Amino acid sequence: MRFVLTATPIFLLTACNRGILDPVGPVGQAEKIILYNSTAIMLAIIIPTMIATVAIAWWFRRGNKKATYRPDWEYSGAIEMVVWGIPLLTIMLLGGIAWISSHDLEPSKPLASSKPPVRVEVVSLDWKWLFIYPDQGIATVNQLVVPAETPVTYRLTSATVWNVFFVPQFGTMIYTMPRMTTKLNLQADRPGVYNGLSAHFSGDGFPGMEFKAQVLPADQFAMWAQGAHGQGGALDAASYAELTKPTSYGKPITYGTVSPGLFDAIVADRVDQLLLTQAAPPSAKASAMPPGG
Amino acid sequence: MFGKLTWDAIPFHDPIPLVTSLVVILVVLGVGIWVWRNGWWPALYHGYITSTDHKKIGIMYIVLALLMLVRGFADAIMMRLQQSLAIGASQGYLPPEHYNQIFSAHGTIMIFFVAMPFVIGFMNFVVPLQLGVRDVAFPTMNNVSFWLTASGALLVNISLFLGEFSRTGWLAYPPLSELEFSPGVGVDYYLVALQISGVGTVLTAVNFVTTILKTRAPGMSYLRMPVFCWTSLASNLIILAAFPVLTVSLALLMLDRYLGFHFFTNDGGGNSMLYMNLIWVWGHPEVYILVLPAFGIYSEVAATFSGKPLFGYRSMVFATMVICIVSLMVWLHHFFTMGAGANINAIFGIASMIIGIPTGVKIYNWLFTMYGGRVRFTVPMYYLIGFMLTFVGGGLTGVLLAIPPVDFVVHNSLFLVAHFHHVIIGGVVFALMAGYTYWFPKAFGFTLDERLGKMICWCWFIGFHLAFMPLYVIGFWGGTRRLQHISDPSWAPWLNVALLGAVIIGVGIVLTVVQLLYSIKTRDQRRDVTGDPWDGRTLEWLTLSPPPHYNFAVLPDVHGEEAYWIRKQTAIKQDALIDEPDYQPIEMPIDTPTGVICAFFASLCGFAVIWHIWWLAILGLVGAFAVFVWYAWQDEHEHIIPVEEVRANARERRRIRMEHLHTLSQST
Repeated sequence: MRFVLTATPIFLLTACNRGILDPVGPVGQAEKIILYNSTAIMLAIIIPTMIATVAIAWWFRRGNKKATYRPDWEYSGAIEMVVWGIPLLTIMLLGGIAWISSHDLEPSKPLASSKPPVRVEVVSLDWKWLFIYPDQGIATVNQLVVPAETPVTYRLTSATVWNVFFVPQFGTMIYTMPRMTTKLNLQADRPGVYNGLSAHFSGDGFPGMEFKAQVLPADQFAMWAQGAHGQGGALDAASYAELTKPTSYGKPITYGTVSPGLFDAIVADRVDQLLLTQAAPPSAKASAMPPGG
Repeated sequence: MFGKLTWDAIPFHDPIPLVTSLVVILVVLGVGIWVWRNGWWPALYHGYITSTDHKKIGIMYIVLALLMLVRGFADAIMMRLQQSLAIGASQGYLPPEHYNQIFSAHGTIMIFFVAMPFVIGFMNFVVPLQLGVRDVAFPTMNNVSFWLTASGALLVNISLFLGEFSRTGWLAYPPLSELEFSPGVGVDYYLVALQISGVGTVLTAVNFVTTILKTRAPGMSYLRMPVFCWTSLASNLIILAAFPVLTVSLALLMLDRYLGFHFFTNDGGGNSMLYMNLIWVWGHPEVYILVLPAFGIYSEVAATFSGKPLFGYRSMVFATMVICIVSLMVWLHHFFTMGAGANINAIFGIASMIIGIPTGVKIYNWLFTMYGGRVRFTVPMYYLIGFMLTFVGGGLTGVLLAIPPVDFVVHNSLFLVAHFHHVIIGGVVFALMAGYTYWFPKAFGFTLDERLGKMICWCWFIGFHLAFMPLYVIGFWGGTRRLQHISDPSWAPWLNVALLGAVIIGVGIVLTVVQLLYSIKTRDQRRDVTGDPWDGRTLEWLTLSPPPHYNFAVLPDVHGEEAYWIRKQTAIKQDALIDEPDYQPIEMPIDTPTGVICAFFASLCGFAVIWHIWWLAILGLVGAFAVFVWYAWQDEHEHIIPVEEVRANARERRRIRMEHLHTLSQST
């Protein structure tokens, strides 16, 4: 009883500011609406069915003299039509929702916006998250910073086993897989700090694989990126090798410079070869890379 | 000499597994000595261990399932306790390397060594009786299947005492389960145990598909088979289609781990997505392998205790076969978040929802079976109604998960964990408990205590809802599964409610033991002398409780959908049994230790492979093969039951039957 009493106020306090039911961007918002609508459609069928189950079982109890016993009644074409019809129609409706929404909310589909998307490259490591901002030339660990009201395009991979990149209040989660990349487009509109996590078990340090997702107003994001640039350490071969050592519950780190092409080198499992090219003087190719490319 | 096996394999420094294993070893020894002191070994050896009788094998399967249920539940309550304790600053009482073994073992044991043997146990016990035949098509193979399943269960439990179990979840996704990330023997225990028990499961499917298709009582056409036989057929067809895929996926992973192949590794061109697809090509149908026979049990219970035939029998059969086929085409919904693209996600999402249609039809058919009936609120009926109320909710969350954009936010979360427990407890476990109560008197000749049975049902019903509804809520908050530590303190009250729910289920499990002991103690007051304690409708109630080894003195002639009900009604109307038939001597398979010896060698081989003791592995393999060769060289596989014995037993049964008939005709 004590559990229930303490549970209620906490639920009331937190339920309106939590997880996937409190989305802060268009993707999460759309998913929440689909969740609610589909639940409502099904409840419209399920609640009467539950009531009918109890009512029929009780009315036709053996002791009830008023109920008519029909020991041989086992078929009715009309009822068969209805019992196939109700689930069929429900599923047709929900199937339509599934088809349309799968296409609308396909993770790799760019979001409609007047602003160009910000690019973030995500790497899951044992057991931490690396976020590379190729256009800003900076990187962070266990701290994702994105501008508000601006679409963000994520490219994701894993340097170790599978994980899932998930910020519940942003919406859609997606797998990070070694030697492969996935694509995800999200947008957050409400500035604030949100919880992010790995939603796929990845070994002993898995529970500590949490990060903070900070949404800053667009101008503040630009200031943050500029301020971070050139500050702090450099993410190169040596510091990346350090990062790949298994740790959990890691503190956020910011890197002011990032070796260009690091993400692709991680995907190709050729970070060691990236080092060799790094040792040479900075090539024209790296600095001439267009921001959008 | 002993491969990787050293003294370090014994968990001397880890009190939980050490004490548990010692207690288990002592209990096993104690039971063994108790059986020996009472002089029951010969009866146990000839009556059960070497038996080829489908009923005895069925009982052994269910005993195995109940024992493993205790183990799997112990894991469950340890997890719930850890999650209630390890919040915020506290790390709880289980370090990650132990906690991760527990959730992996919980899933593996509950699916492969509780649900599967429980379901297969019922198929064994019930299907030949319902078909009106004397045994399954291949009785010796049936015994081998059981012992191979037991061998797998044994290996999983040995991992508690020697080495470790897998720490990679119940499906051992690579690359985490590859040598690079899981160098210990845990994953090998998992792989080898499932390979051995998987052979047993496939053999079972071969046996039952053959039995149902080829050996039925005269007059029992396909559309006169009881629904439980239909759902068993569907389930075994799925096993035949899906289990070989499991065997192959596990074999490929073994090649990676043992011989340095690169099927699923990060390097060398491996692709872990392939494993994900393969394992779910088996894994999703597996759900239907379990739930279809459960639907069959509900159908039998609904008809019997409503006192009328199942509503829409043909529709039910059709719905079963639709589920059987579509279940093989939906696996991708387990990884919508892999980025496969909108068309693929939508098609698999809709295919998954389509299974909801025949399932919905079944719910309504049970509803209309009760309609116009005389519903008796017995324990199995409690489970049926509890199931109908619970399962529609599980279906709702299942369809939600089948909508890709909804899955994008609840995939892998505690919402998902709550969903599959919703359908597996609400669907499968309730059916198994209903079936256990329903067929217990047929197996042992006395009923289980009704009052305790209802208490157990309430424990499962309330316990389930308290344990899993909070997980749906936490899932909405972004709570993911398999967390050894929880950083958000606001989850605590909900996790505590879940723990309370698990404790209530635990009370139910304890009461199940109490109920069994109490019912055995008071069995003389609860004897089923008629063989038909529930006023049943299918052929298993025609014979005595417990049935003789040969089930039926003469195979029954079937004249309609409800073979026994028709026969009973005719007899009541005419106030006479059918004319005494011409009894013949009966040929029955002899008992054989083939299965248990073969499984002994298979266990040795499996254990040796896990620990890289190659000489022992070869010895085990050669031994297991030699047992088959030895069996194949045997000349006598059957013994004859003389006609005098058959006739005497049958006459006694007819006398009891006649008395029963008079009581029935007086009561109507």
